[in-house]
Amino acid sequence: MELSLLNAFIAVFIAIAFVGANAAYLVWWERKGAGFFQRRPGPTENGPWGLLQPPLDGIKLMTKQLLIPGGVDKAIFMVAPVLAMFPALVSFVTIPFSSSIQAHTIEVGVLLIFAFAALGSMSLLVAGWSSRNKYAMISSIRAVSQTVAYEIPLLITTITVVLIAGSLELSEIAAAQMGGIWNWYIWPFQKSAGFNIFMPISFMIMFICSVAETNRAPFDLGEAESELVAGFHTEYSSMGFGLFFMGEYANIVIGACLITILFLGGWACPFGDLGFFPFTHHVGWFLLKLYLIIFVFVWIRWTFPRTTIYGLLNLSWQYMIPLSLFNLLLTAALIKVFA
Amino acid sequence: MSGYFTDLWGGAVSLLEGMWVTLKEFPKRPVTVGYPHEHLKMYRRFRGHVELIGGEDGSPNCIVCSMCERACPSNCISMTGEKPEGSKKKVLTSYILDFTTCSLCGSCVESCNFNALKFSNEYNLASTRREDFIIDLLERLAEQNKASGGGDD
Repeated sequence: MELSLLNAFIAVFIAIAFVGANAAYLVWWERKGAGFFQRRPGPTENGPWGLLQPPLDGIKLMTKQLLIPGGVDKAIFMVAPVLAMFPALVSFVTIPFSSSIQAHTIEVGVLLIFAFAALGSMSLLVAGWSSRNKYAMISSIRAVSQTVAYEIPLLITTITVVLIAGSLELSEIAAAQMGGIWNWYIWPFQKSAGFNIFMPISFMIMFICSVAETNRAPFDLGEAESELVAGFHTEYSSMGFGLFFMGEYANIVIGACLITILFLGGWACPFGDLGFFPFTHHVGWFLLKLYLIIFVFVWIRWTFPRTTIYGLLNLSWQYMIPLSLFNLLLTAALIKVFA
Repeated sequence: MSGYFTDLWGGAVSLLEGMWVTLKEFPKRPVTVGYPHEHLKMYRRFRGHVELIGGEDGSPNCIVCSMCERACPSNCISMTGEKPEGSKKKVLTSYILDFTTCSLCGSCVESCNFNALKFSNEYNLASTRREDFIIDLLERLAEQNKASGGGDD
């Protein structure tokens, strides 16, 4: 598709709408999930099954006063929430939802997403730094050390997949896994992966790192309520907080999108392309996988207690990074030998 | 190095076990009650504020002996009674419980020799106004009689 002003505009509009709707309704999804895992009904008051809860929460957030505490670094303080939101928006440009639904094909799509994900942790640092609040500061230091620690195994695992697929373009990585569930990179003994039996471990590393990257429980040390008030967004109110919140959920969607594309075949139908409607390769499969992964994120959040900061960093530096490095080397060698 | 892989394996297994535990709870029915819309049935021995017991005709068993009034350590109870013309017994005309100072000690119920007082099962005892806790028990008995369809005279 050629890039004109009009379809760039439409793509941005759709991306923002998709991010907004997801951020709003993932909160509902999360609260419902939390309810069911704890044998409660979750939100029920507003609308059927509490479905009107997100728009009402939005109205409440928008009508609250945006308070800027005295002594903060005002410019940076205002920039931080925007910085949290917009990398997530940019990343959506390059994510292919099906072979035809992609805002813009970028040959280094994977690289772009990781570059902007790094910018996301920048926003946490800036928010904590400018808040003039020791808890926000501690929290942002924790969050940044965590994202740095988990970005490394995440990148190494992604490089493993990129090696197998032979492309940095997300749509090509997904296209390489078409033709049935057995072609997905999550399984061991892929011919294209040189019969590497450690692919499921790569998937596990990718999954754990995505949870940690998005600062979610059990890795939510950045906003450990019992220790750090509310973490880096302690001083933020109204939509300042709202943007952090939306950015967080947008990052969850991007993490789940990446897992879907890199390991679960993107929009590939699990039964191979049978040619008739529900079983063709279709955006529906992509969304199904996406929301299943997000369900597992919610499930994990309401199952495990928070780890310690040492446990968190040890897990990354002592287990994730060596294992992912090992798998990268093994995959490279096996591809050289077999493929 | 020796425990490295066993740690990893043990950790992964215990994580999956934990997730299985919560997944089993997921499809089960909620154990909570949607409070303002639904109510739990209170236990029979639950101690709400006291209330009067009515006889078969609905009139209170109370004979206005004032034993409860005297037994009350915090002076919550004030009652009046009068002897109608031609009657031997006193009849209760008002029974006001000031629940703001009541500590639910039960001395009034214990002191009653005529089976006229008991603890109610009322547990929705929250209000923003002090006056809501000055409870007219005679009126309450009349309302209960009306609700149960008993005589009100």
